[in-house]
Amino acid sequence: MHLEYTVVEGDFVNAGTASSSVKKTLKQLNVQPAVIKRVVVALYEAEVNAIAHAYGGKVLVDIESDKIKMTVADKGPGIPDIALAMQEGYSTARPEVRDMGFGAGMGLPNMQKNVDKMNVTSEVGVGTTVEMEVNFNA
Amino acid sequence: MDKEQGFYHSLDIDGEKCIGCSHCMKICPTEAIRIRDGKAHLDAGRCIDCGVCFSECPMKAIYIMQDDFGEIHNYPHSVALIPAVFLGQFPDEIRVSRIYAALKDLGFRHVFEVESAALIYAEAKNRYAMENKDKEPLISSFCPAIVRLIQVKYPSLVDNIIPLKAPLDISATYALKKLTDQGVPRKEIGIFYVTPCAAKIAAVKSPVGEVKSIIDGVINMDSLYNIVFKKIKEQGKDYVFPPLQTPRLSADAILSTLTNGERRICMAKRSYSIDGIHNVIDFLEKLENDEIEGVQFLELRACDQSCAGATLSCENRFLCSERMYGRARKAAERERNGEVPREREMDAQKEYLIECSGVEAVQPRSVMTLDPDISKALEKMEKIRKLKECLPQIDCGLCGSPTCDSLATDHVCGKGSIEDCVFYQRHLEKLGKMSPEECVEKMKNIWGDDRISGELN
Repeated sequence: MHLEYTVVEGDFVNAGTASSSVKKTLKQLNVQPAVIKRVVVALYEAEVNAIAHAYGGKVLVDIESDKIKMTVADKGPGIPDIALAMQEGYSTARPEVRDMGFGAGMGLPNMQKNVDKMNVTSEVGVGTTVEMEVNFNA
Repeated sequence: MDKEQGFYHSLDIDGEKCIGCSHCMKICPTEAIRIRDGKAHLDAGRCIDCGVCFSECPMKAIYIMQDDFGEIHNYPHSVALIPAVFLGQFPDEIRVSRIYAALKDLGFRHVFEVESAALIYAEAKNRYAMENKDKEPLISSFCPAIVRLIQVKYPSLVDNIIPLKAPLDISATYALKKLTDQGVPRKEIGIFYVTPCAAKIAAVKSPVGEVKSIIDGVINMDSLYNIVFKKIKEQGKDYVFPPLQTPRLSADAILSTLTNGERRICMAKRSYSIDGIHNVIDFLEKLENDEIEGVQFLELRACDQSCAGATLSCENRFLCSERMYGRARKAAERERNGEVPREREMDAQKEYLIECSGVEAVQPRSVMTLDPDISKALEKMEKIRKLKECLPQIDCGLCGSPTCDSLATDHVCGKGSIEDCVFYQRHLEKLGKMSPEECVEKMKNIWGDDRISGELN
């Protein structure tokens, strides 16, 4: 099953729309609560990233009987050094974003921790794509 | 009540009184109600006994089952276990001692207040909290409707619920222990809980995480109010009652049942107190997404103003709440003057009571699942998505299901049909696939035969 959501730049009010909807879907599919939690946490972080750092983007979700694949693709400044960005505490968030309680530099590492497979590709000045996969049967 | 589901519900719908107006269906927080054959029907698996439908019903067709009041006479040692909000129902001029006297005149040999166990419950929670930091945010087990809400809608949060009996069970254990220690045989003791809501009855009859409750009977608070009020009126203003031990609860105990009551005496650094089931749902959605961090304790109550706004409360919830604050202020003054609240008697049994208050972990019983087999569930979900595209998304409820989404789900689960949607019917009519007569027939199946009969003169 395929689901799609749009993320709008700076729209922190609606951060979590995609993850909430995916959560509801996974509950209906009888996926283990602990697995759902990991999916939701990772996707929520990715949503916030696209809202905070980029000029908006898309969330594409594909659910199969044994796993969920999530792609969050944004148009934005891109990440020059992905390995650095993956480090806990590293953040490029603007002060106003930090004031809202976001941008602690835990986003990417936290996503990595919660998913079974993650791939980040980025082009400076164009945008970033985060692909994540979570298996239902751990 | 649905035996198959194994869950006792104290709420039921009186088919004679129900006119199938669908008010209950629209307001139910777990979408547990459908209209069929002109009447409301309750889905036992989804109902959490919150009582929102009871308060909404304009026909008073939803009732809360209780035990016969006469049963108290079957026990030489009948015990009335009353909640503090019961005392908040009465006008100011009727004093607490007068209510106690009336309860004794009516045949209760002993009267205990549920909240006398409030501080022992608080201590048991604090001890659990100290040892279970990894399970934060801890959710109070106080409100049984909330425990059930989490079981059916937020299964990932069941482990956060503190697995402890509510003050009601602790005070019942205390009453029983006190009497048996005095040599009264168990079979002569009848413990009757006066309940302010449907969820508490359901919790007594079918406890979550506990094998069997020690409570022998349940009496609804509104009906006892009538009986007691009548007795007091009959006895008249000048009635002189024999002196009795007047209840002296601490201010903390009295307030524990109101919103913030647990939170104000809990040890958590960061905690929230939320009342009203729809507010709780909003919060749990966020909590489940891990959007709220660092919370240690949550006091969640299904009713607005907590138990002062309980389903079976006959008084306005704000008036009831203020009366309880009044009583608490007096109690606080006494405490300042060095008077010891009577509930301290219970402290001698504290360790025993805390030991008895543990229950098994709460199990999830999700109602969200479409099919236990994920491949089949996926198929059903695809089908639901296609069905939803044919539905108007205005949630009019004319199909007998609360929302367009719920109709699509009902269709796929064999509990309803998309052909019950009036918009879809117009579409089929246009295509010549359904006749006006068939449409009327479908409408009658949902709303009853006599609904489509009016003619304007």
